[in-house]
Amino acid sequence: MTGPLFEYALRLGDDALILAQRLGEWISRAPELEEDVALANIALDLLGQARSLLSYAGQVEGAGRDEDALAYLREERQFRNVQLVELPNGDFARTIARQLFFATYQLGLYQALATSKDATLAGVAGKAVKEVAYHADHATQWTLRLGDGTEESHRRMQEAVDRLWPYTHELFESDELVRGLAAEGVAVDPATLRPAWQEQVTGVLAEATLAVPEDDWRPTGGRRGIHTEHLGYLLAEMQYLPRAYPGAKW
Amino acid sequence: MTQATRTLEEHFNRLIEADQRIEPRDWMPEGYRKTLIRQIAQHAHSEIIGMQPEGNWITRAPSLRRKAILIAKVQDEAGHGLYLYSAAETLGVSRAELLDLLHTGKQKYSSIFNYPTLTWADVGAIGWLVDGAAITNQVPLCRCSYGPYARAMVRICKEESFHQRQGFEILYTLSHGTPEQKAMAQDAVNRWYWPSLMMFGPPDEESKHSAQSMAWKIKRHSNDELRQKFVDMIVPQAEALGLTLPDPDLKWNPERGHYDFGLIDWDEFYEVLKGNGPCNRQRMEHRRRAHEEGAWVREAALAYARKQQERVRKEQAA
Repeated sequence: MTGPLFEYALRLGDDALILAQRLGEWISRAPELEEDVALANIALDLLGQARSLLSYAGQVEGAGRDEDALAYLREERQFRNVQLVELPNGDFARTIARQLFFATYQLGLYQALATSKDATLAGVAGKAVKEVAYHADHATQWTLRLGDGTEESHRRMQEAVDRLWPYTHELFESDELVRGLAAEGVAVDPATLRPAWQEQVTGVLAEATLAVPEDDWRPTGGRRGIHTEHLGYLLAEMQYLPRAYPGAKW
Repeated sequence: MTQATRTLEEHFNRLIEADQRIEPRDWMPEGYRKTLIRQIAQHAHSEIIGMQPEGNWITRAPSLRRKAILIAKVQDEAGHGLYLYSAAETLGVSRAELLDLLHTGKQKYSSIFNYPTLTWADVGAIGWLVDGAAITNQVPLCRCSYGPYARAMVRICKEESFHQRQGFEILYTLSHGTPEQKAMAQDAVNRWYWPSLMMFGPPDEESKHSAQSMAWKIKRHSNDELRQKFVDMIVPQAEALGLTLPDPDLKWNPERGHYDFGLIDWDEFYEVLKGNGPCNRQRMEHRRRAHEEGAWVREAALAYARKQQERVRKEQAA
């Protein structure tokens, strides 16, 4: 069976992989060419993080699974990403709200993880922290422009924030596995990331003239492989070639 | 023509003859300016529309490495579009105007992007054949007489040749994979070979703008010369891939020192150019939809920038 370190690397890797897949859908559809470039850039960074983390998970597991076996040959119930990253892109505001919430979370996470006692995790986090700081800045700038732009953009941005807010609670859920690894100095307990995240995000929302939602609905389950109905379609699309041609090299 | 204009024109002609570069502030004949605007804009539009056929496979790329390479490539294309719109803007048009001309169908993009990407192997075939043809076309443009265009092409060609190698590598992997993969690669090459030969434009005797463009040193070689150069390049590459090109008339001609090749179906070319290719409508709709659905975002960015300026102004006044 699989150990906690495998499971932890998989959680972080799946978050990055699934969000990269969603951002990849934007390319050629963005409001400006500059945004096609920016969203592709962010997708590429996340995909790079996913590849490092999934490769490491495969190595830790020691069962011969590489990044592709883990990305392409697991089913929905075996994916460990939070639900936030699998939600459909929606309009640009929805995508930006998701980026703001997730990149801010990832920034805190990687900053803390960069001092992990696990050298590989520390290395991945140390490299990713620079990328994620850029992602958070990009999302922040757009939250301000949309929130404090026109009436229409304000309305859409508020709606996006309201819609996605419930899914942010899952980002900070702890369980025994992560608490155990955190006690060893290997992982970061997500619960500890919440106060800084809350302060950062509510600050941006306030500056963007947006209200902080008070919704306490807490959809959850991603870390246990309980997903929204969206993930199955995402995987069907992502995985179809390796599934259709088992054993082929690409 | 006034004496002053004559002097300017003589100066322009001397620069062209001496292989010097024309720069944005230099005087240039109106026809030269218009030709360049048209050519650079259509080149930019091609990069932007060209994101679609490959972008079609980003979510379905069969390995994470391939996915990363493909995203990077499509991102490069958006970047090339940006360089080229900037180069066109040095001639006194705005990107917004040029995009309008694209969206209303008044300016064209390369006909090649009106073909569908039906399998993963098409991503390889586009890299190898379409980018290969683009490079053959574009390398001489690095010596084009208009400085901003020539400099944009230097940067673009570096990235394009990387893309072409990636395309070749995708096909090589497929052609050395399972029988199904090899068949997939062959099928893609069969569908992309002729359209890629059409990328060089109509035969020399039918090419409207060629003579003038060559005299101005915007173009350095004729369509047919470049097409020949391309065929000579890809035949040995196809052999290295272990794939055939779908052209029964293709054979080495020792007298010419070139490969002879079959007749291009120019009726198909003109149909695609007129808007009747398999994906013309889809590509335009996709592009227009992105632009229209993004309008509120661009308006928000403008409104926010105005508010910020206003705030700065008030602070300074206070």
